Amino acid sequence: MTTTERTAVAGKFRELKERAEEHCRERWGGRPVIMVGAATCGRAAGALDVLRAFEDEIRKHNLDCPVLEVGCMGHCYAEPLVIISKPGYPPICYGYVNEVIAERLVREFIIGDNPCPEFVIAALEANDMLPSFDDFPRAQYEKKTILQNCGRIDPADIEHYIASGGYAAMAKTLEMAPEAVIDEVTNAGLRGRGGAGFPTGRKWRYCRDTPGRPKYLICNADEGDPGAFMDRSILESDPHSVIEGLIIAAYAIGTRHGYIYVRAEYPLAVERVETALKQAKKANLLGRNILGSDFTFDITLFRGSGAFVCGEETALIASIEGMAGLPRYRPPYPSSRGLHGKPTVVNNVKTLACVRHIMNDGAESFRSTGTADSPGTAVFALAGKIVNTGLVEVPMGTTLRNIIFDVGSGIPHGRKFKAVQIGGPSGGCLPESALDLPVDFDSLREAGAMMGSGGMVVLDEDDCMVEIARYFLEFTQHESCGKCTFCRLGTRQMLEVLTDFTLGQGTIEDLDNLEKLAEEVRDGSLCQLGRTAPNPILTTLRYFRDEYLEHIELGRCPALMCMHLIAYYILPDKCERSCDACIGTCTVEAITSNKKRIKVIDQEKCVKCNTCLTACPPQYNAIVKLSPPSEVPEQ
Amino acid sequence: MAGVEKARNAEEREHIEQETSRVLKGFGRKRQNLIPVLQKVQECLGYLPGEAMTMIADYLDIPDIDVYGVVTFYNQFRLNPPGKHSIRVCLGTACHMKGGYITLDAWKRRLDIGPGETTADREFDLDTVACVGCCTMAPVTVVDEKPEGKVEPTKVDGILAAFEREREAGGKETSDND
Repeated sequence: MTTTERTAVAGKFRELKERAEEHCRERWGGRPVIMVGAATCGRAAGALDVLRAFEDEIRKHNLDCPVLEVGCMGHCYAEPLVIISKPGYPPICYGYVNEVIAERLVREFIIGDNPCPEFVIAALEANDMLPSFDDFPRAQYEKKTILQNCGRIDPADIEHYIASGGYAAMAKTLEMAPEAVIDEVTNAGLRGRGGAGFPTGRKWRYCRDTPGRPKYLICNADEGDPGAFMDRSILESDPHSVIEGLIIAAYAIGTRHGYIYVRAEYPLAVERVETALKQAKKANLLGRNILGSDFTFDITLFRGSGAFVCGEETALIASIEGMAGLPRYRPPYPSSRGLHGKPTVVNNVKTLACVRHIMNDGAESFRSTGTADSPGTAVFALAGKIVNTGLVEVPMGTTLRNIIFDVGSGIPHGRKFKAVQIGGPSGGCLPESALDLPVDFDSLREAGAMMGSGGMVVLDEDDCMVEIARYFLEFTQHESCGKCTFCRLGTRQMLEVLTDFTLGQGTIEDLDNLEKLAEEVRDGSLCQLGRTAPNPILTTLRYFRDEYLEHIELGRCPALMCMHLIAYYILPDKCERSCDACIGTCTVEAITSNKKRIKVIDQEKCVKCNTCLTACPPQYNAIVKLSPPSEVPEQ
Repeated sequence: MAGVEKARNAEEREHIEQETSRVLKGFGRKRQNLIPVLQKVQECLGYLPGEAMTMIADYLDIPDIDVYGVVTFYNQFRLNPPGKHSIRVCLGTACHMKGGYITLDAWKRRLDIGPGETTADREFDLDTVACVGCCTMAPVTVVDEKPEGKVEPTKVDGILAAFEREREAGGKETSDND
């Protein structure tokens, strides 16, 4: 690149940035701004109704106060979340907001001067009025890098992203030699966040050095792991950070063609990416001669069609080519023979979101977080039986205990921790004794689990480990593409054995066969789907063998979860004569009152939907689950 | 090719042919356009009838069976017409552990159909989905594109009651107009 081109890029970017800052000042400067977290998780909690309530109230009072729809801040347990920034106050985050609270916030805080501390979760900056997120004990374990913009900027407004420092890394990159960019990423030690942890810089270099044109770059956003939602959240809340990462990667490997492969089950993410791509094109951050340089690059959005195996890179490539998503044997790896047989780099969403931070702050700064072998941060989606569900970002090497008990605040309702399922269907269940493991690519693999894409589902004593193994096998069996025998038939066999266990029909011999088969499927399958499918079985057998034995020998589910092995029963001496709560709520009219007005469940009719148990008032607590069902006394 | 449904009458066939050729006009005759074409046709028709699949195969110059293979490989494509309202029960890990299977049972019981089926009156279709990424609101059911959080059997009844009310109100309006 010539010097004139170089100054052209810097000059054009400066103009762009000034315009963006001006735009943000005009829209939001000197007045209160309301930001409603309306990513998919917020919407499920009613964020769109809250958004409308704010808009109606603002209109009613004829106020000058913009209401923005932003992404997810990660504190999903308190959805819907709202941030209000009013001049003279720190930006304040409110939780569990509904339409009534929205009205009150407008009346009392936007019009009046009462920030309504009763609804406050925390302020976003340190101040002398309200506690801030940094004052939370969990703050010492967290480090937000790739999530820093999520929920804080308008994802449908490129200027908001640019004004917050966006695309600066890209502008800087376009002034460097492509090899220098690869060196920087290699020195940073960035490893692929999709689960396998392959060094990103090395992948880029292979692709760059392999002869053959055109080359392709693909962002893998086919986040199929049930229980994981990090990529969805990033694409919905900060799509430009991923696009910026793609542009930098494309420049480094020397390609003009990029794809973002988004999962079909994420309609909002698709919409946000579409908008972001349009805006980037309009601003000449994509397309011909980006910012006046000689670099040309464009991105096509490809919607997946719902197949878990397409998260595997060779299957994903087959899918873009218009085929069924069948993986193929590697090597050759896509970096030498990928899309249409050409050198192709496939990177995960989070990997690409890291790139701009490396280019902005340098490799050294990136390495200063995390461990020597796994630098940087890790993003986890916390779900299941945990108080603070949501997205967390911690330095690599943080222990599972810190993540679950300090950041996630432990298990709700005073229940006991049993296991954490990490890495989705390819991962495993780790027990209490593994909680002091540092979370990085290598330690987890040793424990039998894997980082996977970062889904973490916490299980408590009410969750049955045999059932969870069966659940994952049902998933992998259904998603197995059928190409190789071990995976196609092996997963089916394993599922049948596990289903027998949950029905109380297994034998000890089955258990031995299951273990043997699991090892064979792991060793014999073609792609990672099959090779990792036995992990849930192998880890539960390793850490929770007793539970399997109880199912087999006693026909009893100790966690009282397996439907065929439990029965609901109303304790006659605890049942209150004057209360009919269970009768009213029973969805199949299986509960009747006897002569003494004590309620009785008709076991034939009962569908075990758990409604009566939640309806029974806590002061009586008369309904229990019994296992095996033969425990229920004759009535 | 098992499970493929075709138009029931000439009118339906004409509609299918019209919509499909309209969609095809927007795409080049390249194999790699197959999945986007199928997505678009399903968006217009709600499902992929046999006639449409044949037209797509002809247009892209590939065998019918290749189109059928791709359609049945991916979970998103459907061979039968959808109901007026779609019910998608999330069975991701978090939803499953928080009772998603119980919720699915409740839907099956109330609608009297299994996953992948449509009620006889074409009012509802029921399906499961691996994960919609709202794990924190588990158990989730996506009702007509809107994710509903914490759907337990009583909420299933509530959602159905709301549709029932809507239908009654709608029916009343039409009868008022008569």
